[in-house]
Amino acid sequence: MSNLLWLLPAFPFLGFVLLTAIGKRLSSRHVALIGVGSITLAGIVSLILGISLLQHPLEHYSHTLWIWIDIGNFQPGMGLYVDTLAMVFLFVITVVGALIHVYACEFMEKDPDYSRFMSCMNLFVCAMLLLVMADNFLLLYLGWEGVGLCSYMLIGFWYEKPANGYAARKAFTMTRLGDISLAIGMMYLFYEFNSLNIAKIVALAPEQWALQPQTALIVTLLLLGGALGKSAQFPLHNWLPDAMAGPSPVSALIHAATMVTAGVYLIARMHALFELAPAVQGLIAIIGAVTLLLAGFSALVQYDIKRVLAYSTISQIGYMFLALGVGAWTAAIFHFMVHAFFKALLFLAAGAIIEALHHEHNMFRMGGLKSKLPLIFWTFLIASASLAAVPLLSAGFYSKDQILWYTLAGQYGNPVLYSMALVGALLTAAYTARMMLLVFWGQAKSQVLRPPGTRMSLPLIILALLTSLAGFLEFPHNFFHFTPFSDFLNSSLPLTSVKEQGFSEGISQVLAAVMTFVGAYIAYYFYHLRPNLLPVLKEQSWLLFLQQLWLKGWYFDQLYDFLWVRPFQWITAKNKEDVIDGWYSSLTSATRTMSDSLSLLQSGSLRWYVMGMVLGAILLLSLQILL
Amino acid sequence: MILLSLIVLLMLGGALSYLSERLNPYAPRWVALLTTLTSFVLVIIFWLGHYHRFTLSPAPNWLEEFRLEWIPTFGISFHLAIDGLSLILLALTCFLGLLAVLCSWREIQERTGFFYFNLLWILAGVAGVFMAIDLFLFYFFWEIMLIPMYFLIGIWGGHKRVYAAYKFFIFTQASGLLMLLSILGLYYSHGQLTGHYTFNYTELLGTTFSDPRGFWLMMGFCIAFAVKLPLIPFHAWLPDAHSEAPTAGSLLLAGILLKTGAYGLLRFVLPIFPVQAMEIATPAMWLGVTGVLYGAFLAFSQTDLKRLIAYTSVSHMGFVMMGLFAFNELALQGVVMQLITHAISTGALFLLAGMLKERLHTRDIGQMGGLWTRMPQLGTLGLVFALASLGLPGFGNFVAEFLILLGSFEAHRWHTVIAALGLVFSAVYSLRIVQKIFLGPQNRYGVLADFTHRERLMMGILAISIFWLGLFPQPVIHTARPAIVKLVELLSKESDTAYQPYYEPK
Repeated sequence: MSNLLWLLPAFPFLGFVLLTAIGKRLSSRHVALIGVGSITLAGIVSLILGISLLQHPLEHYSHTLWIWIDIGNFQPGMGLYVDTLAMVFLFVITVVGALIHVYACEFMEKDPDYSRFMSCMNLFVCAMLLLVMADNFLLLYLGWEGVGLCSYMLIGFWYEKPANGYAARKAFTMTRLGDISLAIGMMYLFYEFNSLNIAKIVALAPEQWALQPQTALIVTLLLLGGALGKSAQFPLHNWLPDAMAGPSPVSALIHAATMVTAGVYLIARMHALFELAPAVQGLIAIIGAVTLLLAGFSALVQYDIKRVLAYSTISQIGYMFLALGVGAWTAAIFHFMVHAFFKALLFLAAGAIIEALHHEHNMFRMGGLKSKLPLIFWTFLIASASLAAVPLLSAGFYSKDQILWYTLAGQYGNPVLYSMALVGALLTAAYTARMMLLVFWGQAKSQVLRPPGTRMSLPLIILALLTSLAGFLEFPHNFFHFTPFSDFLNSSLPLTSVKEQGFSEGISQVLAAVMTFVGAYIAYYFYHLRPNLLPVLKEQSWLLFLQQLWLKGWYFDQLYDFLWVRPFQWITAKNKEDVIDGWYSSLTSATRTMSDSLSLLQSGSLRWYVMGMVLGAILLLSLQILL
Repeated sequence: MILLSLIVLLMLGGALSYLSERLNPYAPRWVALLTTLTSFVLVIIFWLGHYHRFTLSPAPNWLEEFRLEWIPTFGISFHLAIDGLSLILLALTCFLGLLAVLCSWREIQERTGFFYFNLLWILAGVAGVFMAIDLFLFYFFWEIMLIPMYFLIGIWGGHKRVYAAYKFFIFTQASGLLMLLSILGLYYSHGQLTGHYTFNYTELLGTTFSDPRGFWLMMGFCIAFAVKLPLIPFHAWLPDAHSEAPTAGSLLLAGILLKTGAYGLLRFVLPIFPVQAMEIATPAMWLGVTGVLYGAFLAFSQTDLKRLIAYTSVSHMGFVMMGLFAFNELALQGVVMQLITHAISTGALFLLAGMLKERLHTRDIGQMGGLWTRMPQLGTLGLVFALASLGLPGFGNFVAEFLILLGSFEAHRWHTVIAALGLVFSAVYSLRIVQKIFLGPQNRYGVLADFTHRERLMMGILAISIFWLGLFPQPVIHTARPAIVKLVELLSKESDTAYQPYYEPK
């Protein structure tokens, strides 16, 4: 089985190479065949691996292709490693990836750069698989920056618009800031353990760091920095909404399902280190809670449907971070998987709507699509139900409820975090319901030009099925004991310990359900029952201020612009001519001035020379007399 | 014997191309192509033939040696020798020489004979620098490579070529004189100590110096090499020389002339003055870190494409300085890698700049934009080398910069952290290049031709090399290992207390 591992990244890589080299000359059918085919083949391999891991969940597969660098005891290899944790990610990346590729076949077909799109997407899947399968940090970092590159190329895919290029560079630069932090953490780890092998580090850390909490603290903080950048968490979160400039399949694959959860993967993978630094774990929980609220409020007032989804992604990843922070490892991964399904579905459906309405992004100009695009409506409804965590029926309920419960009852859980998460649940339901109402109910404001074809519809249906079924992989403990998902993961992630609590899980579930309904009702009230109320409220200046604040994402862009971008631009513009070069130039110009003034003496006029000699003689004489 | 024949081949080839212009103005380029190709093949055959020797233990001092008495009275001999380190740099020299000939194929139409003469003599001079282990001979070759480059910039350069050529000449010549003084000082110090006056490198190793004298002798060498490298604040000649030189000139400047500075530090300063070098390690590190950031900042604000690339060199060479003064195997291997990968990636960027200049007749990136649509292949390669330059994993530059940072991290944590932040800025300026040239809207220019076959060949080879070095850097590391290990051992012997080899168990 281990010998199959290399095929996983190899197929997409081959697809990338083929499409880059000869893609321009291929017909769009062949481009689609290569692009989708490579991911599908990788998907088949991952299913084979998955089935064999299901049978023997305690095993792991590893395979080293070659030694990358070999200097002294620094010997990172091109080594792949798959255990149950990596398997869940592999499954999501390849299966959701393949579905999104099928969708993109139709979505991007008319684009003149169809083959470039497919080749970038294939490269992305390859890099993401390497990130997840790496057995050492250096290879992980290769994947880590590789996905960042693909994200850059795909956000700026329609490169003729300068704003897209700006969004792409913003995403790359901000995530790179995190990447640097990760790289420094990596160096630290190397000198601590004389190795970058992840399994070795995880095995050695508890013993070696038992007496060095300081080191554990620094290293985990550095790793966390990397995770924050990639996963768009506070304070490095504001690149993600702009990243929506890319085509919708990109948003679905990269900025919802896979790449942005790389930080979750990293923390889960290194859980043994984070457990040694409880302070950092607490910080992760706080960051998660803060992020989910910040993004939740912002999602509430957006006009652009993709921006709502972007903020919602930030917010949902915030839940995952919260779960990681309170030590609910498997709950975080479960939410990752469920979220990947429903959020990919939401983005794909949103893309289909935008296409159908001739590139209309503004939800206020949509409306009434319920009857016009029934397939999209039903699939969108299923995914929205999951996002809003509608009790019992939706997968999102099962995954989010678990997180909520552990936020209260888990090892590091506390009531403050719990109440923040509850408010987040209310916000989620509210913005989801608002989006549904604006897009599908009410009067039609735009004409449907192009309903989606089969290749776009099929992925929607399959994702809807996955979304509906995924929830039943893990039931709450108070229902009945059926938890195959966390059982599967327990070979690579520790069990979540629950502390004694006066509060039962049932009450928490009821509270969560109430929050969902209240949130949805608020949206229903303002956007359906009493739509005239909103313009009235807007007249209140403080409400208008709040709306603007949330719409602009709490002005983080402006803040960073003021703090970093402007000073950098100012300094570089000031020093464009290079002060050091200026110093040398002044040297030459001083020499030249002196030479010029001295050369005045050599006027060629005899009178001046005689005069000079006389003056000199007088000077010498007088000096002799005086001294 | 191969050592001498390489230099003779390049010099003869140069003379021949000069003469062949009388037959036909296009003859010199063929002569030059043949010469560089032969020399490249020779070096590669030599490398392959000696590859097994790098695993020998103990590794031989030199792979190949050639010695001829020159002026025995003063202890001067014509003494060439190479080890793995010089072999790598020789291969690089011949490789870039080949590319330099290819990229001038169309660009140079006037006085072709003299052009290729100069080009080949630069290569001969640099090859001599990498091989000479007699300090007098070293200085001789150091000067040889300077003069043809002066002509190359001054005759075939851009508008401000005379200014740039003067500046280049004065900077390198003045600093070269300091080195000559130091060489003489070293000669006398060693002579007074042992009674044996010689310029032979191997005999000069291990000379002990009285306190301030050693420091000043080292500084003479250091300044000469720092100017070439270039290290802040001696970098001012570089942007002018780079931007005014013809494409081949910029390629050779960035690709190999800068490397002679790093090579000099590796070959002469660290082994001859280990104690003194350790004393200045911290300020040298700071200069390196400053260079990384300062170069990146300046690169960001430039509008002249070649000037911009020149400042990225300053930034990348800052890493080299850091790696050199980290004194451990990881960092020094990183330095060797950086010398090669920087030559390839920056060389490729200069080639691209040359191609754009040929098509658009401008170097101003404000005049460009949206060229991807017209020239997708050129755009792809531009993106590839911008990414290489920002140190993306998978490219050779990442291996180099990561090793340098990892090595420096051992003893200089804060330096490393700050230099690592420089990688954010390298992303900023690299992506700015891509954006300004290839992306965005564009209607200014009409039909533009994409790569010709010749250009595709050059860029393809460069792209494959940079990927290859990123994924399979081991052959290079392997080749440099004996030389680097020896250097590290020498340094650690000098200060057992100050230096702890990183592989010692905790």
